[in-house]
Amino acid sequence: MTAFVDIDDVTLVYKGASGGVHALDRFSVSLQKGEFAAVVGPSGCGKSSLMKLVTGLVPPDFGKIQIAGDTVRGPVKMAGMAFQNPNLLPWRKVIDNVLLPLEIVQPHRSRFRREKERYREEAKALLATVGLDGFAERFPWELSGGMQQRVSLCRALIHSPALLMLDEPFAALDAFTREELWCVLRDLWQKIGFTVILVTHDLREATFLADRIHMMSARPGRLVLTKEVPFPRPRPIEVCYEAAFTDIVHELRAKIGEVRKG
Amino acid sequence: MSTNAMERLSPWLFTLGMFLIWEIICRAFKVDPFILPAPSQIFVAMATYWWPLAKNSFVTLWTTLAGFALAVVFGIVLGIVVGWSRAIYRGLYPVMIGFNSVPKVAVVPILVIWFGIGEIPAILTAFLISFFPIVVNVATGLSTIEPELEDVLRALGAKKLDIMLKIGIPRTQPYLFGSLKVAITLAFVGTVVSETIAANAGLGFLMVQAGSNFQMPLVFAGLLLLAAEGIVMYAIFAYIETYFVGWAFRSSMSAGG
Repeated sequence: MTAFVDIDDVTLVYKGASGGVHALDRFSVSLQKGEFAAVVGPSGCGKSSLMKLVTGLVPPDFGKIQIAGDTVRGPVKMAGMAFQNPNLLPWRKVIDNVLLPLEIVQPHRSRFRREKERYREEAKALLATVGLDGFAERFPWELSGGMQQRVSLCRALIHSPALLMLDEPFAALDAFTREELWCVLRDLWQKIGFTVILVTHDLREATFLADRIHMMSARPGRLVLTKEVPFPRPRPIEVCYEAAFTDIVHELRAKIGEVRKG
Repeated sequence: MSTNAMERLSPWLFTLGMFLIWEIICRAFKVDPFILPAPSQIFVAMATYWWPLAKNSFVTLWTTLAGFALAVVFGIVLGIVVGWSRAIYRGLYPVMIGFNSVPKVAVVPILVIWFGIGEIPAILTAFLISFFPIVVNVATGLSTIEPELEDVLRALGAKKLDIMLKIGIPRTQPYLFGSLKVAITLAFVGTVVSETIAANAGLGFLMVQAGSNFQMPLVFAGLLLLAAEGIVMYAIFAYIETYFVGWAFRSSMSAGG
């Protein structure tokens, strides 16, 4: 089986006024369909560049990126994105925030007016799966940070993207909320079965959620190692307190320490 | 009395207090009415000259509103153009700053030469003085869209126009309404500046006439009416602002202005 997402020998240099920034250097990673991959690394290792490359917002200088067999040459339209900041639109109700991608992306865009009721039902169902039943008609400011991030996840998933790109989505949350949202994401992934690239600083988060963890070096970002996470699915949150889990986190931690020095 | 009622009453109480202190000072120090008339004398002048005051207030009001309306239309259009692209923003900004730095008093004689004495120079001066804050605020609202949010939509294939319609324009509304409050008060300044230099009507014209006849209470009556018009218009736009963009006051995003 060929890879669903294939990042092949990609180099990216940003041209700025003060010289180029070498963001990624000969970076290669591939994901199978339905795989949950995490990308970890020290800060400033070009993880956010990776997000832009895979979603087709920025073209690579060398190398190529293929999704489902097609080379990425522009916005991919089949990806959902969520970031550390939920970025909800404060003038829209929760449900209208979730529906926003459908007003943009085809084929939903041209159907949106006609089938608004059906889409609203879908959005409400999705909100219910992340535990926001009955919050559809609220405004974002009425929600806590964790709830806003759940809405952001729903917005990223409403158009049933084959690929979900997450850029440190839980970094701004408190520890308990974060673990709650890990489980929300785990359940969504298990239920719907999309492919995920999760960029994170949190090694426990990566180990708990991902099938494989890819570690990057400091800028320019290179692939340092790929770690398989062997725990069976579905994973209960208790996995985080097992010795084998802690061993993986320690191993990754030690490696990051080396990478940061070098 | 509850703090809520207190808060609602306090603007009236403060205004009343200001007039009282003014009156007391004028009487206690026997201030010459030619230097500073007491409020009581001003109100007497208002009652005596109510008809010319009303007529000229109306002229000032409509010329101000006409200039302001022009400023809103032009300001929004130019703001969208400037906010649309960084190149236009960088190119036009120095020009606009330069334009805004020119004292509008200096422009009035030119306008009079072009359009003659009357309402048109007043309307144009009001327009010239008040469009700048609208342009700046609309452009700021558009150019400060969160880049990540833009990424989310661009990755879905959104064009620049989609992003402007779905995010830019709604997001700019608090900035716009905030700037309208500033712009309307500036528009009054523009109108009156023009009226004092060259006009046959309006509060500015009336004050110059009254001044040259040494009728100081009437000059001050004109000033007070002008202030009252400014406050009323400001209050109207403040109300419109909370009505249309109430969400901006509740969420963390705050209005510029």
